[in-house]
Amino acid sequence: MSQSLKDHLGRPVVVVTGIGVVTSLGEGKEDNWRNLTSGVSGVRRISRFPTAGLRTQIAGLIDWQGDGPYCSPLHSLALARKSASEAIAQSAIGTRGSFPGPLFLAVSPAETKWDQRMEIYRGADGAGRSGYERLIKNAAEGEYDHYYSLFQFGSIAEHLADEFGSKGQPISLTTACASGASSMQLGVEAIRRGDTDAALCIGTDGEICEEMVVRFTLLSALSTQNDDPPGASKPFSRSRDGFVMAEGSATLVLESYDAAKARGAKILGVVRGTGERADTFHRTRSKPDGSAIIETITRSMTDAGMSPDDIDCINAHGTSTPENDKMEYLALSEALGGELGNTPISSNKSMIGHTLSAAGAIESAISLLTINAGVIPPTINCIEQDPNILMDVVPNVKRDQEVNVVMSNSFGFGGQNVCLIFSAEPE
Amino acid sequence: MTTEKSEVWVTGIGLVSSLGEGLETHWEQLTCGKPPLASVNNTDQAPYPVHPIVDFDISAQIPKRSDQRQMGQWQHLGTYTAGLALADAGIAQDAELLAATNMIVAAGGGERDIEVDSAIMDELDASDNPGERLNASLMSELRPTLFLAQLSNLMAGNISIVHGVTDSSRTFMGEEMAGVSAIETAVAQIQKGQGELFLVGGAYIAERGDMTMLMALGNALWEGEHGPVWSREGSDGGMIMGSAGAFLVLESAEHAQARGIRPYARIKQVVSGRCNRQAGAARKSADELLEKVSAQLPQGQLPVLSGCCGIEPQLSEEHEFLDGLANLGIDPAIRGVTTILGNTMEAQFPVNVALASLSVSKGAFFDPFDDSGVEQEYGGNLDRILISSWGHWRGESLALIDTPDGPLRGTA
Repeated sequence: MSQSLKDHLGRPVVVVTGIGVVTSLGEGKEDNWRNLTSGVSGVRRISRFPTAGLRTQIAGLIDWQGDGPYCSPLHSLALARKSASEAIAQSAIGTRGSFPGPLFLAVSPAETKWDQRMEIYRGADGAGRSGYERLIKNAAEGEYDHYYSLFQFGSIAEHLADEFGSKGQPISLTTACASGASSMQLGVEAIRRGDTDAALCIGTDGEICEEMVVRFTLLSALSTQNDDPPGASKPFSRSRDGFVMAEGSATLVLESYDAAKARGAKILGVVRGTGERADTFHRTRSKPDGSAIIETITRSMTDAGMSPDDIDCINAHGTSTPENDKMEYLALSEALGGELGNTPISSNKSMIGHTLSAAGAIESAISLLTINAGVIPPTINCIEQDPNILMDVVPNVKRDQEVNVVMSNSFGFGGQNVCLIFSAEPE
Repeated sequence: MTTEKSEVWVTGIGLVSSLGEGLETHWEQLTCGKPPLASVNNTDQAPYPVHPIVDFDISAQIPKRSDQRQMGQWQHLGTYTAGLALADAGIAQDAELLAATNMIVAAGGGERDIEVDSAIMDELDASDNPGERLNASLMSELRPTLFLAQLSNLMAGNISIVHGVTDSSRTFMGEEMAGVSAIETAVAQIQKGQGELFLVGGAYIAERGDMTMLMALGNALWEGEHGPVWSREGSDGGMIMGSAGAFLVLESAEHAQARGIRPYARIKQVVSGRCNRQAGAARKSADELLEKVSAQLPQGQLPVLSGCCGIEPQLSEEHEFLDGLANLGIDPAIRGVTTILGNTMEAQFPVNVALASLSVSKGAFFDPFDDSGVEQEYGGNLDRILISSWGHWRGESLALIDTPDGPLRGTA
């Protein structure tokens, strides 16, 4: 090999050579980018199931991708297939059906949903049984092998590993709303260890169903602005009232710089650094002083060998909940200090909604598209910015600006905090 | 980055199962000169026997009632067991070390509220408008804490909150293989200097109808009397699910030596693979894994802990694979851990590593777990144990746990 590029800590440099995206804004990078930079929202009224009686009736749903009735793991799988196919095709890595590295999949826990529970319950009469007794009896006596394998928590990753031929045992992971960013971390770490030259990092989430809406409603986490679906997700706005659930998937093909160069691959960007710090304060809230998030952000800059003035823009976690946006601003003000004033920050969730397990991967993809295009997508629905959030949130209209370095934040329930830093290809 | 690999030591173990709590309890019962008596509940999930978790004093590791109320039994068990491991490793209450402790938890999900689910199913079945009925029932019956108790990554979240573990925090899913990948990843990270201190493990509660339903969908459960796992060979097979929590503190040798803590054992190697489980494929996958560890295996008698879950044909395939060690001149002394503890799912591999580390630290092996004739007596010194853990649906793995240089835990 003619060249071997190491980072400031002597580790192999990790680059991205393939990107695939599917969201409520469309399939593929082109559609998504066009809609993101045009300020289009993918949020609409939920049509998948009856919403009567639900406080939230809107979401960034993607229409069910398969034959037969909606089935959540099959939908998540279908979305992941689309984004992975796009990313692998762009990267032109390996051979068809043989990806030369491990799979790290950020995915929602594949629990059995009410549709299947009732199908099984009604599969045979209960012969006097009710509740779980009837359910379990029918489960054992009916023909349900397909559900047995589909609702294993490792199921989606196993199907993807079969299809794309990733190497070794695939890893399914969850860190709640930081999952997509965690899949990137695991890929970066594996390449930096020298365990592999390539990694397939996927985030997918197609799990919107009645119970998911109710669960988040009970935590008062969701926007209830049902009358204006496209206007409901309004990160950093004074009247923000919660996040909007959404579906989507993104895939990033990671490679060592050396391996990508050796095979002549086009480099779409570099993963410069990752940072993480778990919070101990509360199951759904950050420490009031923001210290865990602050350290997450500072650690990502240390890992990247960068300082606040190196960051050209920030892809916010920006969920549109009162709590998140306030805490994200507080943490960024501490971690970036005065530089925050010179750093535009935008929330893709204003348009896509919050894709939960997939969000960190989707926002990684968009961060790289931002660098490549020299265009920062806007934070839409910013009619009246929260007067206590003094940041340049790129309100409503995209901005043309040369961008070399993007920071992307992801925070999740359970004290999960991850920050990633991307840059353009090294000169 | 240095290419020199750090050794990975097991410096703390938390273990609670259907047999009891703590390493010494397990050692006593598994070395008492006769097959240990498994704890079995035949009624809770009838017609499927399960191994129930022993009573444990939640407040000993989760002192705040406000914390206890935010969790179900699965999170209680994991958080409790993690606390035991941290205390055992001398990390508990040490803010500096806890802030440098990385965590990888192998998780399924928390238990559903069986009563609420049952009532809703019965209602929906009788309703003319089940869609709206479901919304109304969910809105009135679900509690916010139930969602948090079900979230897979909230076992890790609770460990952070209750015990203060705050470096990286990752949760792996995927049944038995989640436990394997968690430990395999932590070992790789320590070996290559991506962290010196890890808390890794998982927990599983067998007495829960939602998981019984999932396993019943694939006819994966053993119906009838509890007995040695090997006695299910040649039948339709099936699993007896077991309850256990197992957490390990893994540490680089340098880090452990610097703070003066002795290891139970060293994790020499963890390897994993996958196949589609067509006939013979798992055996082939395991044979490929064996090639990666065989250089470390001596001729003669070798103690082996097997996680064979009891489903056929993989039970027979795993048994054939272990008998095939004879081709390398190895005479395996096998212990089918599932005979005594059941399949503890995400916790299975961490349980096996905990038991292997205990055995290495004692320099002796467990007595045969049954009288099926499959499990030979093991005599003489013990310096390494091979673990064979396969997933009930997907994934195969092998691990080698051995004796590091220098004094071990419990020795003078």
